[in-house]
Amino acid sequence: MSYTPDKMTDKDKRKSLRKLAGAAGIAMTAQFSPALTGHVLGSDRPIKVGMQLHRTGIGASYGRWYERVAVATVKLINEEGGINGRPVELVIEDDGTDPRRGAEVIEKFATQHKTDVAYGTLFSHVVIGSSPRAGELKLPYYVVSEGYHVASGSLNRYVFQPGITDVRSQIASMAPWIATNLGKKITMIFPDYAFGHDHRNYFSIAIAEQGGKVLEMIPVPPTESSFTRYFPRIPRETEVLYHVLVGPGVLTFVKEMGQFFGTRDRPRIFGYIDSLEAVDFATPQLEFLQGTHFWEAFPRYAQPDQTRHDQYFRHQVGVDQNGASVSDSRDISAYSHMFGCWETLFIIKQAMETCGYSGPEDRQALIEATESLTGFAESRNHPQGSKVFNGKIHQCFGIQHISRVEDSRLKVVHTTSIEDGLYEPEADYTQMAL
Amino acid sequence: MGLGPFLLLASLEGLVQAAVLSLSALGLCLVFGVLRVVNVAHGEFHMVGAVIAWSVSHVLFGHPLLGFLVALFVAPLLVGLIAFTADRVILRKINHNPEATIVATIGMLYVIQQSVLIGFGPDARAMEPPFYFHINFPWFGYSGYKLSVILMAAALLLMVWHVLSRTRLGLIMRATQLDREMAQVFGIPVGWVYGLVFAAGAMLAALGAVLMAPIRQVHYLMGLDPLLMSFIVVIIGGLGSIRGALLAALVIGMSDGIISMFFSPTLAKMISTLLVALVLIFKPEGLFGLRKS
Amino acid sequence: MENSRKSSLVLHIGVLALLFLLSFILSDYHQLTITRIMVLAIFALGYNILFGYVGLLSLGHAMFFACGLYAAGLPVYYLGWEVPSAFLFAIVISAFSATLIGAIALRTQGVAFMIVTLMFSQVAYLATLYFSDITGGDEGLVLPEHARSFAILGMQVDLTSPQTRYYITLGLLSASVLIVYRWVNGGPGREWVAVRENELRTRMLGYNTFLIKLKAMVISGTLSGGAGATYGLLFAYIGSTFASIQYSIDVLLFTLLGGAGTVLGPILGSFIMFYMIDFFSGYTTAYLLATGVVLILLIVYFPLGVLGTLRKKWRLWLP
Repeated sequence: MSYTPDKMTDKDKRKSLRKLAGAAGIAMTAQFSPALTGHVLGSDRPIKVGMQLHRTGIGASYGRWYERVAVATVKLINEEGGINGRPVELVIEDDGTDPRRGAEVIEKFATQHKTDVAYGTLFSHVVIGSSPRAGELKLPYYVVSEGYHVASGSLNRYVFQPGITDVRSQIASMAPWIATNLGKKITMIFPDYAFGHDHRNYFSIAIAEQGGKVLEMIPVPPTESSFTRYFPRIPRETEVLYHVLVGPGVLTFVKEMGQFFGTRDRPRIFGYIDSLEAVDFATPQLEFLQGTHFWEAFPRYAQPDQTRHDQYFRHQVGVDQNGASVSDSRDISAYSHMFGCWETLFIIKQAMETCGYSGPEDRQALIEATESLTGFAESRNHPQGSKVFNGKIHQCFGIQHISRVEDSRLKVVHTTSIEDGLYEPEADYTQMAL
Repeated sequence: MGLGPFLLLASLEGLVQAAVLSLSALGLCLVFGVLRVVNVAHGEFHMVGAVIAWSVSHVLFGHPLLGFLVALFVAPLLVGLIAFTADRVILRKINHNPEATIVATIGMLYVIQQSVLIGFGPDARAMEPPFYFHINFPWFGYSGYKLSVILMAAALLLMVWHVLSRTRLGLIMRATQLDREMAQVFGIPVGWVYGLVFAAGAMLAALGAVLMAPIRQVHYLMGLDPLLMSFIVVIIGGLGSIRGALLAALVIGMSDGIISMFFSPTLAKMISTLLVALVLIFKPEGLFGLRKS
Repeated sequence: MENSRKSSLVLHIGVLALLFLLSFILSDYHQLTITRIMVLAIFALGYNILFGYVGLLSLGHAMFFACGLYAAGLPVYYLGWEVPSAFLFAIVISAFSATLIGAIALRTQGVAFMIVTLMFSQVAYLATLYFSDITGGDEGLVLPEHARSFAILGMQVDLTSPQTRYYITLGLLSASVLIVYRWVNGGPGREWVAVRENELRTRMLGYNTFLIKLKAMVISGTLSGGAGATYGLLFAYIGSTFASIQYSIDVLLFTLLGGAGTVLGPILGSFIMFYMIDFFSGYTTAYLLATGVVLILLIVYFPLGVLGTLRKKWRLWLP
């Protein structure tokens, strides 16, 4: 896997891409001139992106922000001339954060709305339930899910995760820092389904490589609403409590954790921001988090060295310097996940322009064009940072941050490199039939 | 953690659970006792109570105690009003036929739950406790508010007890429960009593919810658990027996708290649900049923 | 009588023929939707035997549906079974569990029966979550590639083809309708209705009403399990959602809406309700509101459902 950071500016790149797309267009016109009239007539027909959204169910707090970001991104793309000269239309369907409903939504996209691609899902069980339908209906499916399921090779050639790093890579890049700075005897609390199992499986490997050990694993159903009963299982000799939780009860979880530890000696605490994604750190009873650490993909609180891309992104999606909605400071964003929706849409655009995508008959070319991508430079379209993309496992790899809670804000204390998170690929989707 | 502290924590958790459960189950039990119907929408009344509590405390700026106290009155009142209307508009039309009522209250369950989804949104929201202090045991910490929930629930139960056994209203309810026709002969407006009892049952669920809201997050799908737990309590306690239900709430709440610390909570729920179904089949008068049916 | 029976048979065959003809003109989306609806209609047909003809209202039929789903899907997933053998296995397992659960639950009636079935079903649902190492829990399992086609009678059947799925489902639905039609118009149907109308009198006439009810329960559970197996195998996905209380309620709703105690009622109910929810979900995320409103309206104003009301009003000869 080689990656040379792109030296071109955004503008140059867009220009050159447009040229490329133009060239492809001309080439096509030359080849299929009889079809020309049809293409011209259909050219203002929008490109439809079907967004599978967690509007209800346990993923709703993410869904709300995924929708805002996707809408903002599509608006921006359309203001800049759309994709291949055609406007982009977002078709949104609620999947209720339910795998069965998710599969039906994919079918609806393919057969009723006839969308060009499907996009946007977060919760890993929905991705796993929906992917086979996307594969059978030959609908390119770009997820923003974090799970390892895409990169593991267990899905199919139509599923991509180009806009957000997978959990296995995130963990691999952070385990050395945890082992060096926090401790080596770990207890894990994680949600009892695919996403949590990725944490369970790969963190235990990653920490073992650092000479550490997981003492106890405590799975929690994602629909749970009361958590105190899980905490007595944390062994006394635990040095680091590693927590990651999702679902409607996350705030209760963190509060009850604070109540349980009280003012006694407690292990050091390292959490995935998922445990408090879309939750305000200034909430009463969260004071105990002071000095604990969190993983963040994209710092919620604007840091002193904030890039102009981050600034621009916040402005476009309506988020202030504290990661809250500009219209309601109590409405906190899912900042470490939602950038993936932004970046993924620009990747879809890039791939469609590369292959001169003109309609569903070009879906296979789109798959190959996406697979041919190798990486994305930090830019307006990729504000979270540069990424390497591996076309064989359909997965991208980016940088991660570890932040400490100080005065109810998160301050970045460590940033990993892309190389820290690379692992040996275990699959090759490009060998699968289209 | 040693077994002693472990049991202490489990009992505390169990007592809090039992306290809220007893209010909610008492409501279900009252409705079954007087109307002879099972209210499947009971958990949704609990949920609406919590949502109203959150909204009240959200709208009233200032000390969270103020919002909590207001919610303690407003939530049961509004929920009672909804329930009363539902009884008059829907259940009266089907003459409180037991089977039709179950279907109708399933319908109500969806209508209430989905209306809240539209109005309140799909997010789980946290309500600030009216007061918060921390209790430090040598082995673990515990929320002072949670402990106070036990006391508040006990006080509320005493009040309900007083109303049922010492007031004219309670007398009318009991008379209707014992013999509907006779009550009618004595000039008791049975239709109204039915509506009031249905509302009272919902209000009890809402009261429990107001106590619970600062502990757990408020969410439009939070009604299912209290419903199933209340079912379990009412069946074990002997359908319609109030003393049995209270005893059962204590036993079930405590044992659920303790069992789910030793085993997986899912397994605990499976076993208790299965046992209760078997009780209903083989000992329909309930384990603590004080009246034989 | 002879005449009305003939026209009734013609009506049933006509409906099935219509569904067959529809397959030529339907758009992709409707073809897929109707495939799903037909599977659910088989489920509702099964439910209706117990509810419509015997008068036992179960709130736990999702457990039978899920039983068939898992009994078909798990051997395919873990043991590499072929689709037809997995389907037959699911039928047998469903019949077995319906017998077992019926033998216990039928000791109760009325409200107690409703609650007992609800609780059994809840236990089954929790079990699919608890044994998530095997069942995949919430996340479910995706059936492997080899289960997407099978050979039968020298024919290669491709389950990824929407047309094939449509015809398979229509075939199964037709078989179910004809079987149910025969049963309810024959001896068993008369016994069931006798139990529904007056169980005590039936018992005094010397019938073993427990056995009559158990027989209905087994047929009902087996059809429901068959529907579950069909669903899992056709769409290659099994998960605990299918065991949730929602599915028990849905099937009750389909039956009530179309008309309990009519053969075609549950099928009609499935169609109306499915399309109604599909329609509502285009406008609001709270599409289950429709479920609630329809349930209340039905139970208060039209407890007989569409076909039941028609039959009563015009003394139709619907069985």
